[in-house]
This record gives sequence, C-alpha cells and structure tokens, in this order.
Amino acid sequence: MPAKRPKVAVFKFASCDGCQLSLLDAEDQLLAVAGAVEIANFPEASRRIVKGPYDIGLVEGSITTPHDVERIREIRKECRFLLTIGACATAGGIQALRNWKDVKEYTRLVYASPEYISTLDRSMPVGSYVHVDFELRGCPINKAQLLEVVNAALNKRKPTIPTHSVCMECKLRGTVCVLVAKQIPCLGPVTQAGCGALCPSYDRGCYGCFGPMENPNPPALSKRLVALGCDRRDVVLMYRGFNAYAEAFRKESDAHEK
Amino acid sequence: MYVVELNDLQGLFTALSQQGYTIIGPQVRNGALTFDRMTSVDELPRGWTDHQDGGMYSIARSGDDALFSYTVGPHSWKRFLFPARLRLFAARREGKGFAVDPPAATPAPPYAFIGVRACELAALDLQDRIFMSGQYADAHYTAIRSSAFIVAVNCGRGGGTCFCSSMGTGPKARDGFDLALTEIMDGERHAFLIETGSSRGKDARAAMQAREADPSEIARAAAVSRAAESTMGRALDTSGLAGILAENFEHQRWDDIAKRCLACANCTMVCPTCFCSTVEDVTDLTGDHAERWRRWDSCFTSDFTRVAGGNIRMSTRTRYRQWMMHKLSHWVEQFGSTGCVGCGRCITWCPVGIDITAEAAAIRGANVATTNG
Ligand code: SF4
Ligand code: SF4
Ligand code: SF4
Ligand code: SF4
Repeated sequence: MPAKRPKVAVFKFASCDGCQLSLLDAEDQLLAVAGAVEIANFPEASRRIVKGPYDIGLVEGSITTPHDVERIREIRKECRFLLTIGACATAGGIQALRNWKDVKEYTRLVYASPEYISTLDRSMPVGSYVHVDFELRGCPINKAQLLEVVNAALNKRKPTIPTHSVCMECKLRGTVCVLVAKQIPCLGPVTQAGCGALCPSYDRGCYGCFGPMENPNPPALSKRLVALGCDRRDVVLMYRGFNAYAEAFRKESDAHEK
Repeated sequence: MYVVELNDLQGLFTALSQQGYTIIGPQVRNGALTFDRMTSVDELPRGWTDHQDGGMYSIARSGDDALFSYTVGPHSWKRFLFPARLRLFAARREGKGFAVDPPAATPAPPYAFIGVRACELAALDLQDRIFMSGQYADAHYTAIRSSAFIVAVNCGRGGGTCFCSSMGTGPKARDGFDLALTEIMDGERHAFLIETGSSRGKDARAAMQAREADPSEIARAAAVSRAAESTMGRALDTSGLAGILAENFEHQRWDDIAKRCLACANCTMVCPTCFCSTVEDVTDLTGDHAERWRRWDSCFTSDFTRVAGGNIRMSTRTRYRQWMMHKLSHWVEQFGSTGCVGCGRCITWCPVGIDITAEAAAIRGANVATTNG
C-alpha cells in the first residue's frame, strides 16, 4: 500500500446520483477503498470536505450551465487524474435530449420565473470542456468497473475496461442472442461492453447504456432493425437514450429523422 | 455395427454416469438448443427441430419423436474444453516479488459429450492441433480433452446454414468419436445404429442392450446421411480458394463487407475452431494479491491488434479480411487444412447475416471474371 494515501474527491454535475451511489453500493469493497484512499470530498457519503489538490477526481453529471463550466475548469486544476463516470459525464446523459430542442421553450414551460434560469443551450459531456484522463461509461456505471479503475490507478497498472461490443459479453456468458433467436431489436452490436450483457440475459434487447463501442457501425445495424419491423421513429428513439448525444448514436438518430 | 432400441438408450447414460462422467448434451433453453448437464435420455430435445438462415435462428416442433432432428446451436463444445474465462494462476506478494500459486490440477470430473456432429468432430480435431501439440500445449485443454467421452450423432438433415459436405467434414462422422449414433425412425420403430471408435466405446456399447445390425438397418442409416447431404443449406467451392483469397487482398468486396459488418465479433465467438484469447491481470486494492485470467478474444476487437506504437488493424475491413482469410487461406499454410468446418454458426449468429460462403463466392466470381476477360 502506498505510504501516503491518495486523496480522492467526488464531484457532481447534472445527474441523478446513481453513479456515485454505485460506489457506495460496492459495500464490501468500499471499506477496502476507504482504507486505501483518503475520501477527501464525497457529499453522498460524508460531510467532511478536505481541500484540494486531489490525486483522483471522480466526476458525475453533464455540464449544463455557465456556472458548471467555471466549476469543472476549477476541478480540473485541482485533480491530477480526472475520471468521468456515467453516461451524463461521458455523453451528456438523458438530459441531452434537450439538445435537439430550444431550451428556452422548456424553461418557459417549467418555471414560474424563467428569467432566473441560467442555462446553456446544450447538455454536454465533461470532456467537451476539459481534458479527461479516463471515461467510465454506463447508465449507471458498473461498480466492478469503477473499482477496477480506482484499483488500477492505485496499483499503477492499466485498467481492464474493454471497449468491444456487448455481443462479446453475451457470448462469454453463453446467452442466446435475442436478436437472432427472438427477433428482438438490440443495440448490443454497436454498444460498448461493461454491463455483462445484462438485458439480453433477461430476454431484452440492449438499450445502449454504455454508449458506442470502439468502431461502431450503426447504419448497418439499423438496416437490420428496420427489417425486424422497426419504423424510422422506433429507430430514432432507440438511439436517443442515455447516450443520445454520443456522436455515433447522435448521427444515426439524426439520419433516421430526416 | 450394432443397433439399440430407443428404450434401451438410457443404458448408455446410466453407464456413463456410473463411470463418473458429467454428461453434457443439447437441451431446449431460452428458445434455442444449447448444451447443458443431463443424466437421462428424457432430457434430450425430443420432437424439436431448428430453422437457420443468415442472422436467423428458431426452434420448432418437428412433428415426430426424433431426439436429434436439429443441427448445431449457438454453443459449441469449445466452451467446455477452452472455457470463455479461465484463471491461469494466482500470485501473492512476497518481499519485493511475487510467489505464484500453481493452477488447480486436472478439472474433474471427466465430460461425456452427447450429440457431437461430424462438423464438430472436425472442429475438435482442429483445436487439438492448436492446443495439444508442440512446445506450448495447453495443459487445461489437454486434460479435459483426453478424458472426454464422445458420443457422435450423424445428422439426418442439413441445416439452413450448414456446408459440411463442401468442407469434407460431414454430415457423417468418420472418426474421432467413442460412439457414433444414427437415429433410425421407421413407422413405429425408433432405434439407433451404433458404430464404435474406441475400446471405451465398445465397453459403453456392451452396457446397452445392443445387437448386431442387419443389412436393412445399415442401409437405412446410410439413407439418413444421404438425406442430410441433399438438404445442406449452403455450399462453398473450396477449389483453389486459399490462393484466390490471397491474390485478392485488395478486392473491393472487402470494402463492401465493411459497410455491412458490425465488428461485433459474434462470428468468432460462436466458431468452434476460433481459438484466440487475451490475458488479463487483476489485483486487489492492496496490490498484495494478483490473478491472471485468460478470456476469449477476437480479431474483431481493437485491443487484439494493439501493439507498441499503434494498432495494426484499425478498420473493420482489415479485421473481417483477417478473419476470413485466416479461416480459408492462411490456415492452409499454417496447418495444412482450412480452419472452417462448415458448421454455419458464423452465418446464423451474425446479427446482420454476413455469409462466409457468399463472400468467398463473390471474391472468387470476380476473380474468375478477371481471368476470363
Ligand atoms: S443479444 Fe444483442 S448484445 Fe447479445 S449477441 Fe445478440 S445482438 Fe449482441
Ligand atoms: S467459420 Fe463459420 S462455418 Fe466455418 S467453422 Fe467457423 S463458425 Fe463454422
Ligand atoms: S454442418 Fe453437417 S455435420 Fe454439422 S450440423 Fe450441419 S449437417 Fe450436421
Ligand atoms: S461478420 Fe457478422 S458476426 Fe462477424 S463481426 Fe461482422 S457483423 Fe459481427
């Protein structure tokens, strides 16, 4: 174990807290993490705040306001290794659906005094504003993957986070392909692994929670989805999930909306 | 050759169980015929058949009581011999270095595989060459493979994506089995012609109420294999193919395939001869304990070809080409035969139905056109 425990801080932007909770959810391993690192800032777990700089910063949530932009720039300066966690931080999240619309229209509809709302036009991933050292995908992230990245950073080794398709995870666990055997529309072939092929193992198609895989080919998959009976709108909606604004998914949904 | 009636087939299962074998055979699971543990004939998929085409698989009632009237499913035997994930060793920190705990001894108990098709016997033979020969023989594979009892079944129907006839691997099992069964259904009669391929097989046959086959039964079994031959869903012209592919390394068809291919790696995962793996190290948080795991990998992933200085196959075009050329061309130079046994799994389980036989034919076709014109 390192002589001086590395300081870890957790920061939150526009998000649901689900990814941070994955860390809390890793109960048995959390004690080991807490022993190995100094949790310097983790509002979900403790009110104690230790000032920066930090060795590892975990960032959850997307950047949606001018204040977020200032804050993430400050955080970047304070963190030696910046890790973004979850679909919000890595792709803009489900809230990026508003990127296709006029956000002012929404604020007028939702808030009694919209003039107090200061927001950016688009919900964007952290990486669009500052340099990110590692992106951990998922909605929510897989807690085992989170521990793996923290673990690898502590042991100064490369984290094992595959970027291939979800299909490989289906095959590793022996799951029968729902697309081939049941004609269920599935985004697994264009989605990055990480969940362990959870949905196909429960007879559902993949929703694309981990975003585009390493060299995705959504147009080829969409052809098959259409052959399975999806209409253009279905295809648009499939790609417009938690990772709607990730480039490969965004382009594909746009192509079917034209 | 011998014959056993359906009612006496359980004798084989009982004998294998008594000898300590873990019996694995096809069973209906989740809308497919996959491999699982079993102890009785009654667990076999009686009255089920399958329909297969590019990117399509379904099972249906066969309308009879046959135990084996389907072809190969999504699983192959490699998942037992060459598991998807395997811990190679564990290590503990000791002073400045590590002490390595040796891997567990031979995995017990031995397997008996029921319903191994001719194409799969050929695939086992190919994987044996990879894992059991030379300086780098795989101890885990060798241990499981050497103790496994193989009950082959001769296909009575070619599947929609099958092309074993073209590859010279089937549909009738020639060798590589302990026992080979051919299911004979004639009116009320439901029996199995038995061939033995080893002394273990002979002992197992003796455990059943088998009697010598008469010529009409032998003729009936031969007709079963002919029926499979004539219903084969796909064909691949292999003559000179290794050379044709090698000459067409820059063929435009590779670009065309790359537009359709998802690089999802399903084809390599389901292929019974694909043998590639990667090695992953895990540590605990303290770094005092480490483990090395092997898991299936594929020439379709980016990590597969990442080397110091970059990645030697960046595009889906080069990855598909590598896969198909290894199967049908390089393998011939490397091992003296193709790496494809014609089981059709890569066609059926490709989410977009890319068909190795059609792609090879397209490249050959263009080649023929060029040489003719
Ligand atoms: S179920 Fe989906 S993720 Fe799994 S192999 Fe099929 S297409 Fe791929
Ligand atoms: S390449 Fe395809 S047809 Fe040939 S052995 Fe592999 S899975 Fe079967
Ligand atoms: S390829 Fe031949 S041996 Fe294999 S399942 Fe099909 S018909 Fe049977
Ligand atoms: S050929 Fe089919 S199964 Fe293989 S990587 Fe391409 S899309 Fe996936």
